[in-house]
Amino acid sequence: MAIKIDQSICDGCPDYQEGRCERICPGNLIEKEGEKAEMKRPAECWDCAACVKACPRNAISLYLPEEVGGRGTKLKVQQNKKRSLWIFDREDGSRKVYKTG
Amino acid sequence: MEKKIIKTDLLVIGGGAAGCYAAVTARREDPELKVTVIEKAHIERSGCLAAGINAINAYLNPGETPESYLHYVKNDSYGLVRDDLVYSIGRGLNKVTREVEDWGLKILKDENGNYLKRSSRSIKIEGENFKEILAAKVERSGVQVLNKTAALNYIKKDGRICGAFALNIKEDKFYVIKAKAVICATGGAAGIYEPNNSGQAKHKMWYPPFNTGAGYAMGIRAGAEMTTFEMRFVALRVKDVIAPTGSFAFAGGQQVNEQGEEYLKKYSRITTAMRLYATVRENKEGRGPCYLDLGHLEAEKKEKLAQSLLGMCPGIVLKWEDSQSDLSELKVEIEGTEPYIVGGHCQSGYWIDLDRSTSLPGLFAAGDVAGGSPKKYVTGAFVEGEIAAKSAVKEIAELPQNFLNLNISELITNEYQRVKSVLDKPEGIEAVRLEEKLQQIMENYAGGRTQYYELEASKLKQARSKLKELKNESKMLKAESLRDFLAVQELLERIDVAEVLLEHLLYREETRWPAYQSRVDFSERKKEWRKFVNSRQNPASGEIEIIEREYKSLEEYAAFASRSQEDFYLEYNL
Repeated sequence: MAIKIDQSICDGCPDYQEGRCERICPGNLIEKEGEKAEMKRPAECWDCAACVKACPRNAISLYLPEEVGGRGTKLKVQQNKKRSLWIFDREDGSRKVYKTG
Repeated sequence: MEKKIIKTDLLVIGGGAAGCYAAVTARREDPELKVTVIEKAHIERSGCLAAGINAINAYLNPGETPESYLHYVKNDSYGLVRDDLVYSIGRGLNKVTREVEDWGLKILKDENGNYLKRSSRSIKIEGENFKEILAAKVERSGVQVLNKTAALNYIKKDGRICGAFALNIKEDKFYVIKAKAVICATGGAAGIYEPNNSGQAKHKMWYPPFNTGAGYAMGIRAGAEMTTFEMRFVALRVKDVIAPTGSFAFAGGQQVNEQGEEYLKKYSRITTAMRLYATVRENKEGRGPCYLDLGHLEAEKKEKLAQSLLGMCPGIVLKWEDSQSDLSELKVEIEGTEPYIVGGHCQSGYWIDLDRSTSLPGLFAAGDVAGGSPKKYVTGAFVEGEIAAKSAVKEIAELPQNFLNLNISELITNEYQRVKSVLDKPEGIEAVRLEEKLQQIMENYAGGRTQYYELEASKLKQARSKLKELKNESKMLKAESLRDFLAVQELLERIDVAEVLLEHLLYREETRWPAYQSRVDFSERKKEWRKFVNSRQNPASGEIEIIEREYKSLEEYAAFASRSQEDFYLEYNL
């Protein structure tokens, strides 16, 4: 599994029938269960980060699975029309931010 | 599961790069036309462009021409391509690039306002949102888009393709889509061989794992002629995260082995396949692992490299930040990926005419699913989408008004029952179990990555019989939901593709493309094999027949065509 949906932040996109992450996932891997979005097929994630960018509450982060040497750093992306902020939060509390666009 | 019958003029299957461009073109050609795109996921982020891309790799920079593009592609493919198709793509590359720039794609420019060159046929872009730009244009063009709708099979009536059956996995709907013409743009196939990574990282791969060869399989089942499946594509990628190597190579990276030797220097003719083959050989002969060595990297350059990779493959930057590597001396380990079947990089796909019509009346193909023209990439897929759409629109105009009044009730019942029987099965096998079996067979007996991509007849024949058993077992597949059914369908697609692939691999008794198609038992390239290996599955018997097609030069195509090439380009505005 390479994305994590923070259940304390996810509100299940109450204004929509489909969660925004559920809608956008190119592998149809996420489903809304009750009021929360859930990654239903974790091993099948492509790590494209489409859901990370689409989440209106920034509840989703991308991380590297242990199988490819992941150590727990999480990536979140904040986007507006002009630019993207790529925020890397490491396990030790340190942070690196890239700006594109 | 509700049955829903709809009618449309043009059905485009697959909302990726080729499909989007085809749909937009069709509506521009005839604003009255009803155009429907069906997309398995959601058009805003589906297909190869989901994460974005940072370069356009088929563009003719000043000094390059359609002729030089053909020369390059043909040389890189060891003399065997469809000259007419590749050349036609060369004619359209720059036009479609300007077009998508108009739609909102950001192309980087130098101080004089010229596109920023990455190499002679490549320019730099900021394409993280490329797919969103295409989707927005499709929407503005008045195209009907059915998202979360996976195509299952073509509707074939009296030898002609008249639409498709599809499944909307969110709305529990079984669609019968009748169409006057169909464009297949479903992409290539991944997941036929064992992936590079395992467990929770099994889909950390180069090609979209969700491209499972739907369009190939539908064509195979309907008896379409297919070409050159044996030219598998294997990408050279950064180990673990399977990040693209192009960004590193163009930043000045050299391929070196464990001893630091620039091993490509041992070869005289460096093609895309050779960069891979040489790396595989270094590993096999104990001089690996191999690396792309960028040497000393200044902080600013490193930051720029990371930024350009974020909009394409954020995983590699995540890896760097995760391991806190300072990257001042950047040396990344590289390896070959699992073999893919993909017509946009190699040339496996539908055997098509210059107008992108397939061997089945009513059906056109574009992009990765269309064969004969390697290295077309995203812009080449656009050009093919444009040509296919123009051809389809012309054909639709000639059909009688009542063309869609077809009696296909028996076909509908059969396909509906096929889906239902998998859903109703009380007990059976889950798709994931047979998926692993398929991948193991292909990996070990049909030249997977761990076999150094090497092929030989004795093993391929074993693969053939094992695959037959697997196909029998696949009758036991069950699904509890429509989403599960999609997994079953995708596995069946890959099995159908693998069967055809094996026949192609067995038939070509030479080694034409290093690593992509390396026969241990026929290790030389032979002049007499400069011809196409095509196939057609007999829809009644299921037998796969091989058809040989001769190679022709561009001049020969021009001489024998029913209309002159120039007339074609004039008509198609290329």
